[in-house]
Amino acid sequence: MSPRATTPGEDFLRGIWRENPVLVQLLGLCPALAVTNTVANSLAMGLATFFVMMGSSILVSAARHWIAREVRISAYILIIATFVTIADLVLAAVVPDIHKALGAFIALIVVNCMILGRQESFASKRPVGRAILDAAGTGVGFIIALVMVGGVREVLGNGTFLGYALFGPSFEPWIVMILPPGGFFTLGVLLLLFAGWEERKNPPESRRWANPVTRTVDSVPAGAGAGGEAGAGGSGAGRGPTPGAEVGA
Amino acid sequence: MTELAGIFLSAMLVNNFTLVLFLGLCPFLGVSAKVETAVRMGGANVFVLTITSLVASFLNAYILPYAPWLRLIAFIVVIASLVQIVEAAIKKLSPALFRELGIFLPLITTNCAILGLAIFQTNRGYGAVEGLAFALGAGAGLTLALILMASLREKIELSDVPSIARSMGLVLILAGSLSLAFMGFAGLLSS
Repeated sequence: MSPRATTPGEDFLRGIWRENPVLVQLLGLCPALAVTNTVANSLAMGLATFFVMMGSSILVSAARHWIAREVRISAYILIIATFVTIADLVLAAVVPDIHKALGAFIALIVVNCMILGRQESFASKRPVGRAILDAAGTGVGFIIALVMVGGVREVLGNGTFLGYALFGPSFEPWIVMILPPGGFFTLGVLLLLFAGWEERKNPPESRRWANPVTRTVDSVPAGAGAGGEAGAGGSGAGRGPTPGAEVGA
Repeated sequence: MTELAGIFLSAMLVNNFTLVLFLGLCPFLGVSAKVETAVRMGGANVFVLTITSLVASFLNAYILPYAPWLRLIAFIVVIASLVQIVEAAIKKLSPALFRELGIFLPLITTNCAILGLAIFQTNRGYGAVEGLAFALGAGAGLTLALILMASLREKIELSDVPSIARSMGLVLILAGSLSLAFMGFAGLLSS
């Protein structure tokens, strides 16, 4: 994290949207795809992760002066594993059905890189209050992302939202959405939509053909140069997309 | 023997760790841009998974019956330290092998596929030999998924996709299609 000072509000809001762990940073994808076939499972997973995140951030931040630099990662993992064990036992005792549906993925919160990442980059350097805000923001961002994926998958795959039927009996559910491929498809489409939205907000300087990540190196300067020469008589040489595209093709 | 082959095939194809169980997605999305890297990552995964399986069998047999609540912590700590020791040993004994696999070893030690293998193996009550077949199958499945994905992405590099699809979105859609293909193996084993 950059060392520049941030306001408490920024610490909280950053994780929710602009640096959303799943949708922007692509961290913690395994649980975000594996258990999101219903909204209830997504919520339970999100809340369990929120709890672990909060507990470990508080403890890491409070103990940050006593954890030696050399063993810090192991210390963070031990702290996280302790909270995950607590969450696992509590869920098994309170909501056995959901615990069964989430299966091994409760235990796998330990290796959610999002949590370890926040400890390493934030909680270990800041006072407890800021660490709580950061953990809350990131945790809420994670819940939002999970519920978004889970919502799409449950509504399309089962025709229900949180168990309530939405479309009536004539709806034919898209079974594939609650199967594993549906998780990949849903998150993929969400990411494409966000990328499109981002591009509409900040349109790239030139159109896509002129931003040649996929073109080979030598064809692009040739095409652009030829386009520039061909259009040199006219105004704005090489500016309009069409001459370059025609010559390049 | 048939049973072991069943465990191996089930872990490799029917319940492929990456595409069906969603374990180990970080390396799957992170280092699948080139086939060569994908092969090496797969090799490192097979290696660590084998060690993990042996460690988990040992802990399950001798230590954890006395302290079941320590399961998670014991798995993580023992696997992470053992992989570090093995890494140091390889570095000393075979620098060539270390160059091939070395940089990936610390990355995948705390990967969900590794811990997932230990937990699944425990939940299903596999012994040491069955655990080994499970680990090898899971490793082969991860490697297969990585290589398939990397071959697809090398093709995409050369094709003209819309600019919004240069991010991870398209890769996830591809992963979904691969996952759909792997669903076809579901009827392969009757278990």
